[in-house]
Amino acid sequence: MTRTLTHLERLEAEAIQIMREVVAEAEKPVMLYSVGKDSAVMLHLARKAFYPSPPPFPLLHVDTTWKFKAMYALREKAARDAGMELIIHQNAEAIERGINPFDHGSLHTDMWKTQGLKQALDKYGFDVAFGGARRDEEKSRAKERIFSFRTATHGWDPKNQRPELWNLYNARKAKSESIRVFPISNWTELDIWQYIHLENIEIVPLYFSAPRPTVTRDGMLLMVDDERFPLKDGEVPVERSVRFRTLGCYPLTGAVESTAKTLPEVIQEMLLTTTSERQGRAIDHDQTASMEKKKQEGYF
Amino acid sequence: MTASPDSPAIYKTDDLIASDIDAYLDVHQHKSLLRFITCGSVDDGKSTLIGRLLYDSKMIFEDQLATLESDSKRMGTQGQEIDFALLVDGLAAEREQGITIDVAYRFFATEKRKFIVADCPGHEQYTRNMVTGASTADLAVILIDARKGVLVQTRRHSYLAKLLGIRNIVLAVNKMDLIDYDQAKYEAIVTEYSQFAASIGINEFTPMPISGFKGDNITDTSVNTPWYTGMPLMAHLETVVLDNEADQTKPLRMAVQWVNRPNLDFRGFCGQIATGTVHPGDAIRVLPSGKTSTISKIVTMDGELEEAVAGQSVTLCFEDEIDCSRGDVIVAADNPPEVSDQFESTIVWMADDALIPGRAYWLKLGTQMVSATVQAPKYTVNVNSMEHMAAKTLELNAIGVAEISTDKPIVFAPYAENHALGGFILIDKISNATVAAGMLHFSLRRAQNVHWQATDVSREAHAMLKNQKPKILWFTGLSGSGKSTIANEVEKALHLMNRHTFLLDGDNVRHGLNKDLGFTETDRIENIRRVGEVAKLMADAGLIVLTAFISPFRAERDMVRAMLPEGEFVEIFVDTPLEIAEARDVKGLYKKARAGQLKNFTGIDSPYEPPENPDIRVNTVEMSPAEAAEHIVRQLMPLK
Repeated sequence: MTRTLTHLERLEAEAIQIMREVVAEAEKPVMLYSVGKDSAVMLHLARKAFYPSPPPFPLLHVDTTWKFKAMYALREKAARDAGMELIIHQNAEAIERGINPFDHGSLHTDMWKTQGLKQALDKYGFDVAFGGARRDEEKSRAKERIFSFRTATHGWDPKNQRPELWNLYNARKAKSESIRVFPISNWTELDIWQYIHLENIEIVPLYFSAPRPTVTRDGMLLMVDDERFPLKDGEVPVERSVRFRTLGCYPLTGAVESTAKTLPEVIQEMLLTTTSERQGRAIDHDQTASMEKKKQEGYF
Repeated sequence: MTASPDSPAIYKTDDLIASDIDAYLDVHQHKSLLRFITCGSVDDGKSTLIGRLLYDSKMIFEDQLATLESDSKRMGTQGQEIDFALLVDGLAAEREQGITIDVAYRFFATEKRKFIVADCPGHEQYTRNMVTGASTADLAVILIDARKGVLVQTRRHSYLAKLLGIRNIVLAVNKMDLIDYDQAKYEAIVTEYSQFAASIGINEFTPMPISGFKGDNITDTSVNTPWYTGMPLMAHLETVVLDNEADQTKPLRMAVQWVNRPNLDFRGFCGQIATGTVHPGDAIRVLPSGKTSTISKIVTMDGELEEAVAGQSVTLCFEDEIDCSRGDVIVAADNPPEVSDQFESTIVWMADDALIPGRAYWLKLGTQMVSATVQAPKYTVNVNSMEHMAAKTLELNAIGVAEISTDKPIVFAPYAENHALGGFILIDKISNATVAAGMLHFSLRRAQNVHWQATDVSREAHAMLKNQKPKILWFTGLSGSGKSTIANEVEKALHLMNRHTFLLDGDNVRHGLNKDLGFTETDRIENIRRVGEVAKLMADAGLIVLTAFISPFRAERDMVRAMLPEGEFVEIFVDTPLEIAEARDVKGLYKKARAGQLKNFTGIDSPYEPPENPDIRVNTVEMSPAEAAEHIVRQLMPLK
């Protein structure tokens, strides 16, 4: 008698296999944790991979200070529930210079996230960092390896990536090099949502629709999450029933008008909707293949 | 194969999403997963086919579609119609920059299955790319342009699919619209292909006439090919038997990735089951040690399982405290795989730097990582003509058959039987690059099917009872140097000291165990190997073993040293110059050798390689046999 494993069971088994390989072969791994839905799935998979032990690595949140309040609220709880250490890193230079998404555009992402991540990895000496990137997110990610090698300066050299055959990953590297590992590479947005639903994983309430104060900027619906949001003359936040498909820095993350208050409703809307996930993120709109460029600079 | 021309296009699920999302989710949570690879060049319409599959399964969002429509008008090749190829050809810019693209993965889903498509663009790098994509595929779609028929690349794709063990081959005869859906032309292509396929061992494949551009026989059976009685492509992809299910029917194999030990009361072995099924109570064996136990429980965060099957990542606990760690393989106790250190393999070279035969590379197979050397290939295969060609090395994208040996035995199965225990990668020890992928075919050792029988009374226990440290006193030196005489004196001395000893004498062993061996270089090596193995067994039994053999080659003495724990092999060089030994000529052998009556005589027409750093050296010109023995015994103290 054979049993047909479901696609989610197979994706889960693959992610767990990858995480265990890393823990067995890396010297000092860390899991990048952004509090979003993909991070929630990653954390859940890590708990499953090492149960009954807690995952044998810490969580690292590269904080920009501009995340939604609701994300900060879930962050500590999630780490505590998993029995894991949570490391929070903020780029001191960005704090000092007051870098923010309103005045500094793409410099904000570069300093807080790209530079912040490099600083944190160097500071703690992590040699492998788990990330929650998926191949379906963007065309240029379709060819990304599961084990992605970085030079000592965290550069991504597309010519120097290794072929990945079967489920054999080569984690050997020189002392100064590091690896980003993406265990959920083969998951789609729908897989993520279905898995969250099936496994009853706690996610930030912002993914569900609720009345929230919003303004419209450059065709994007932005939530006025705190008093730092600089309203223009005569601009008044409007209460709209909105939710978020992805979560980042609140001034850079577009909301969608929605009535979906439960997970099935969110999935329903997602399936009936006709725009792709990353449309709500300003980061991708900067320039063509902007993701690719950010990757070479060490964004993730 | 049954035709289903009338079945509705069930993967169009919009109605259910809108009307009953819970029912929809329930259906989709029970989908299975098929990974496949599409093989063909740009001209075969591969990108168009993949784009069509994504489009027809509603994986294209409106914003992507809008971009696609404008791109199609701007740079498409299909006039005002949508150019599906643009959906997946997003890598043009990278190509211009000379960036190597090996495999791009695409995703789509229907109600029955989720699909992961490995798409391998590129011509020069094709072998490396396709082998990578094929390694995880259950099925290969081999695309043929109906106007061109079976081409060189069709052969290449088919050979590589077969090499990587893909059991399901779809021959998609594409662009049928451009040959007016001509049945005769289609059948001629299928006939030609089946002849070629049979010649490389592909006995079964599923042909279908399609048009990726027009959508014929993709999701629905086409009205343009009424003579075609098979399934449309999507229906075939949805129903083909998955490798994972076939794997479940094989004996249990699970490579241990990590030992989970949160506290003293829990010890679990983490891994992904490669083949078979496992239940609490099942008898298992841990290889290579051979120790056996019983599964006590299968632990997951969702509770203990009554059964786990191939493909699942689990944590297994045993009834007994037996040694088991990363690199070991947990297998069915009554049906273990082989353990060996020498294999015939097919190797696909993937690096710019060619293979250096004899150099040590890291070999990773499952969770086993060992040092391995590859011999010069027996031949390489021309992937276009299937011809075997002589070669001294393997260059980038070369495929060759070669012997490979590992520095310690590994648990393996022929690739054809078990991909997880037969597929390996080679890693350069300096650059750490993955330089090759390979498939083991069979062991070159005769003892391949003999398993190490674990015993409860260990070698330590044997030695403890005898109140001594086991040793092998390895006397080496020319014929007539006095090895046997001195060894005999040493044994007498040790015996008087209540030591448990045994003397293995070269001449005596050649009367029995090794009477089939002569004195050629090969036979001499085998002679020493056997003596080494026998001596090791005696040392395992706790004895102090004395061996008196010429053992002329350093490599073989080092081989025996490597078989034993550090410090147990004591190399004793009985140093007698050739002219002295020849002058003694106790057995009259030198005289015979000089007269040409004895061939391959050490020191005369066969070399002796003296030890460079012997543990003990005795000079028989200056010392009598008794003095030499006394010197040796002194050097050996203490014996406990």
